[in-house]
Amino acid sequence: MFELIRANKRRAFVLMAAMAALLGALGYGLGLAFWHRPLEGLVVAFVIWAVLALVTWFQGDALILQASGARRIEKKDHPVLFDVVEEMTIAAGLPKTPEVYILDVEAPNAFATGRSPERAKIAVTAGLLERLNRDELQGVIGHEIGHVANRDVLYMMVATIMIGAIVMLADIGFYGFLFGGGGGGRRTSSSGGGGQAQAIMMLVALVLVILAPILAQLFYFALSRRREYLADASSARYTRYPDGLASALEKIAANTTPMPQVSRATAALYIANPLKAGARGLSDLSSTHPPISERIRILRSMSSDASYASYDKAFKSVSGRAVGVVPFSAASETDAVQTRAASADASAAVSSRASRRRDTTNALWSAQGYRFIDCPCGVRLKVPPRFPKDVVTCPNCGRDHSLSPKRL
Amino acid sequence: MIGLWIFIAIIVLLVLFMIGMYNAMVRSRNQVKNAWAQIDVQLKRRHDLIPNLIETVKGYMHHERETLESVTKARTQAVNISGGSVAEQAQAENALSKTLRSLFAVSENYPDLKANQNFLALQEELTSTENKIGFARQFYNDAVMSFNNKIQTFPANMMAGMFGFKEAESFEIEEAAEREAPKVDFGS
Repeated sequence: MFELIRANKRRAFVLMAAMAALLGALGYGLGLAFWHRPLEGLVVAFVIWAVLALVTWFQGDALILQASGARRIEKKDHPVLFDVVEEMTIAAGLPKTPEVYILDVEAPNAFATGRSPERAKIAVTAGLLERLNRDELQGVIGHEIGHVANRDVLYMMVATIMIGAIVMLADIGFYGFLFGGGGGGRRTSSSGGGGQAQAIMMLVALVLVILAPILAQLFYFALSRRREYLADASSARYTRYPDGLASALEKIAANTTPMPQVSRATAALYIANPLKAGARGLSDLSSTHPPISERIRILRSMSSDASYASYDKAFKSVSGRAVGVVPFSAASETDAVQTRAASADASAAVSSRASRRRDTTNALWSAQGYRFIDCPCGVRLKVPPRFPKDVVTCPNCGRDHSLSPKRL
Repeated sequence: MIGLWIFIAIIVLLVLFMIGMYNAMVRSRNQVKNAWAQIDVQLKRRHDLIPNLIETVKGYMHHERETLESVTKARTQAVNISGGSVAEQAQAENALSKTLRSLFAVSENYPDLKANQNFLALQEELTSTENKIGFARQFYNDAVMSFNNKIQTFPANMMAGMFGFKEAESFEIEEAAEREAPKVDFGS
């Protein structure tokens, strides 16, 4: 599993280099076509990239969490969720337990963000917490922790910056062609031979303007899908229980409520494609996620070996593709990794959906600043964050409870 | 002349290859160390929780002196042996897990105890610590496997012998029946 992380870092580097080359070529081509000064085009490309990179690097995760309406919760708000996150953190050997966020959203989904394992943040929706039992939740959290451990979050962040820069530059170029046609036009009249070279140059630039963003995105989508498979493999490996994630994905697929407020830029972060309700869409080239049914079948056919090599084998047999998704160095692990049995509380009626719903609701209330007071008569009082008085009276038995001034 | 240059190039490549291999082995060994530290944190946490647990249940379990003593004894043994070999520690910790399980099993007979908030909180803490020990052990054993594979395969095994890399020991649990995620069934 350490080999996997190293292989990922190498791949990330290659992707960044390829995209940087694409961005550079675009800048160079536009500079040449419009100002006859390719270096200035390069500078413009670099400046756009640098601004986007700075914003994303320092504010990216905060912006994403804010846009999704996630609220941070503490261990006491939802102990089971926290325990599962801590378990998976340990299983993956991450240096620090990620911060945990909850989204008041009915659609079951989850995502991870934060550019390094130290800054990792995991967000789950209330719908997910309600629907999944502990084993399934562990599978999903394992998938998210897998994204963090495999450095996918960083990778996706940097890739998003690159695409953003390429798209912006291409837009500028496009408007350049629409209005004025660039400096090339004036040059054409001055010298005939140069005019022809100019025309070719313009054509090349135009092709670049049109193709670069498309290429960059296709590239990005392909890699994003691959990363989803890898995170599934990591989850199976951490939990030693691929059926947990498979059954969680089944429940997620059965959902028909769409996720609100998800932009295309953040879609790749989620465990299931949030832009498609039910996440049952066909796998086309412009999808960030592989088809969920395929992911389930791969996990289900891993039988009793939870190793990366086993996932790779299952992937090949289910998808019919000759090339696996797991980097060779990790897939060459020869030893089988024994899976475990379902944990007891997965089947027990103890963690029924009703009790999970109650726990989830409490976590949501608590995340909004509500305080809970357990009255000895058995009633639980929920006190809103801006409750004006210092004393609250139990509506059932009439006892007074003093509210300590400290707000949680 | 060309022959000499080729010879030098081969030597340089060989040295670079060996440096790479050596670094890979060191990296892998450090991973094993870090992974062990993870287990250690969880084991210490469990050792720290047990005196509280004994204090809490003492007042309720008048007829279970033996069970309580066996837990205390197993804990003392586990604490004393920490720093010992992996196999010794694994054995002591397995014994401790077993006594804890029997303690929680008999606690079922004491409804008053089961209503004690402090006891319930400790029980929850200990279960989740058990789970974490399980996952830490899993991560450690992965690291050990990866390290051992690295130093046993040719040609790294020659280097390993030269620089004194020794195989790491994995942290094993006793019986296949205990292989499931450790769960102390409190019936809560």
